[in-house]
Amino acid sequence: MLNLVALILLFPLIGTVINGLAGKRLRKETVGYLACGAIGLSFLVSFMVFIGLLQLPPDERLFEKHLFRWIESGSFISAAALQVDPLSVVMILVITGVGFLIHLYSIGYMHHDKGYHRYFCYLNLFVFSMLLLVLSNNFLLMFIGWEAVGLCSYLLIGFWFEKKSASDAAKKAFVVNRVGDFGFALGIMLIFLTFHSIDFTEVFSAVSHGNFEKGSFTVTMITLLLFIGATGKSAQIPLYTWLPDAMEGPTPVSALIHAATMVTAGVYMIARCNALYLLSPFTMTVVASIGVITALFAASVGLVQNDIKRVLAYSTISQLGYMFLACGVGAFTAGVFHLMTHAFFKALLFLASGSVIHALSGEQDIRKMGGLKPHIPVTYKTFLIGTVAIAGIPPFAGFFSKDEILLEALVRGNFIYWSLGAFAALLTAFYMFRLLFMTFHGECRVDHHAMEHLHESPKNMTLPLVALAGLSFVGGFFGIPGANALEHFLAPVLGGHGHTEVRGAVSAGHHGAWLPYLMMVISTAIALVGIFLAYQMYIKKPGLSKKLAERFRLIHKLLLNKYYVDEIYDAIFINPTKKISTQVLWKVIDVRMIDGSVNGIAWLVGRIGSVLRHLQTGYIRNYAFYIVVGCILIIVLAVFGR
Amino acid sequence: MITITHYLVLSAILFTVGVIGVLIRRNAIIIFMCIELMLNAVNLSFVACAHYLNSMQGQLFVFFTMTVAAAEAAVGLAIIVAVFRNKETINIDDINIMKW
Repeated sequence: MLNLVALILLFPLIGTVINGLAGKRLRKETVGYLACGAIGLSFLVSFMVFIGLLQLPPDERLFEKHLFRWIESGSFISAAALQVDPLSVVMILVITGVGFLIHLYSIGYMHHDKGYHRYFCYLNLFVFSMLLLVLSNNFLLMFIGWEAVGLCSYLLIGFWFEKKSASDAAKKAFVVNRVGDFGFALGIMLIFLTFHSIDFTEVFSAVSHGNFEKGSFTVTMITLLLFIGATGKSAQIPLYTWLPDAMEGPTPVSALIHAATMVTAGVYMIARCNALYLLSPFTMTVVASIGVITALFAASVGLVQNDIKRVLAYSTISQLGYMFLACGVGAFTAGVFHLMTHAFFKALLFLASGSVIHALSGEQDIRKMGGLKPHIPVTYKTFLIGTVAIAGIPPFAGFFSKDEILLEALVRGNFIYWSLGAFAALLTAFYMFRLLFMTFHGECRVDHHAMEHLHESPKNMTLPLVALAGLSFVGGFFGIPGANALEHFLAPVLGGHGHTEVRGAVSAGHHGAWLPYLMMVISTAIALVGIFLAYQMYIKKPGLSKKLAERFRLIHKLLLNKYYVDEIYDAIFINPTKKISTQVLWKVIDVRMIDGSVNGIAWLVGRIGSVLRHLQTGYIRNYAFYIVVGCILIIVLAVFGR
Repeated sequence: MITITHYLVLSAILFTVGVIGVLIRRNAIIIFMCIELMLNAVNLSFVACAHYLNSMQGQLFVFFTMTVAAAEAAVGLAIIVAVFRNKETINIDDINIMKW
């Protein structure tokens, strides 16, 4: 069954090609069901591959499928080959599973759009790229997927390209990602220079055979460069700015970018390269610090945003920060676990917010919502489940994964990581419930024009919501402490013994065996405090938030303007670049030097020609004379020349 | 005794006369005849060399040259007639519009 793995890639590609070439002539239903069917089949095959992998003994769960020889140049060899192991199987199940639900939802959501077939073509391509990224068995093929994901995000964020803001956001996403990809590409080159191979198995086995010292400079450089790539793709400080703007795309696209594809690529890549990262304590510290700072930073911005999708965008950045925190302290399993649960509840939240926006005929400002609970009950219930899951209330999915990350951060990392992470968790609970309360509870602030059209979304939109709500509910049980199925499954790739070590240290060390349980109680309490605060501010005393905003005007303004990061980047990077481009590169280098040299050569040829043209007199006699002179010269040379 | 040198010198003289004729005469027909003269000068040296080297190849070449010369004469005279119909002259100094 493992041999079928190539089909997982093939189906979305077929969907892309058919919809891309012939989509215009197909009926809308055909286009939609074709795209959905492609991902659905992909999911089925992924599941079969998963079953096939389970039948193997845990230590042999690595299968490589050689597709074709790709690049061979000197000692550089790169095959197009796929790799199936527990990590990639978890990823493809999440990608195709959540991706399928998002496709299904899109049929209803995009029904009135004139770019229907274009949308589904891009969407399938997006899933294909992401699958390629997680299935490849070497860094170069992964890089192809990595870049293709960037391309698809560009196409989809700028899907409504007639809108200036959308095309700007698409460009921003593309350029910011390019910065990260630059680091990633350099990292791959350094890997090849160091290991003389770019195959995962060869590189990691070279590492595990102990050819490299812990903390060696080369490995630190490699991991840091790869991490730069990860910050770009996974929206971490300092390259996160594209993600909030990416909200310009259609809402299901946001769900796809934030949940199943794209942003999880960085976390996946670090988990995949865990052998390298574990060799460099310095990089691990950087990863964990960036992760926790991003988590806190984005959560604080999320507190005051008024756009329903923007709040979710910042929460995504914040949750990704948690994943990096987990990777940074060496708890890769916890990171992947959170990646999975986050995929469920974040896709749910985005799709539900899309349903809200759909119901309100395009309104995204939560100040113009409120009291929607009785009007769109299914959306409300599913949104509630998603919110509870992200806030970290047991037994929903987010609780287990976030709790595990915080526990690992405390045990393996230090108290600072934990306290910052826990504070971010408090903020998360607060702003998510603020979002919930302002959207669905309280008095209705919807203008009556939108009110007339207020309606629950159609079946094919609510069905994915319910399915994702179910997953958000049960998703956490894959990794409950004590019977951690996910960890056992991932152990061959991510080194599962790490966790038992921690547990051992916990029970043997000064913390005591009660620590995990205490942590659970604390996490729950933190989440409940956040919810309580939100309830107080937005339900009980609706005026309170305004008063607080007045009281701390400076902080409020700072948060509302997202710490002015965009403006700072504009001032430091973008404007100088633009200035150099126009003043030097354009007006001097391009106009003067490049155009100048080309025009100069043309001018010179023209001048010479205008002199030489006088040779052409029109008198045959002259021409004959030249020929004779030439002949005589040749004869003279032939006779006397040597 | 007439040696190959005599033939080649005569051939060179005839060729030079042809070249000078092409260069200094103005009448297109005369120029044309001078070209024929050059061709035949070459023919002469071909035949002389063929005889001297005891090889038939030179004589074979002469046939080719004569064939080409005949074709050229036909085409050339036709062009001259056509030019004369247009310009009422065959003085090549008056036919100089093919220039910058």
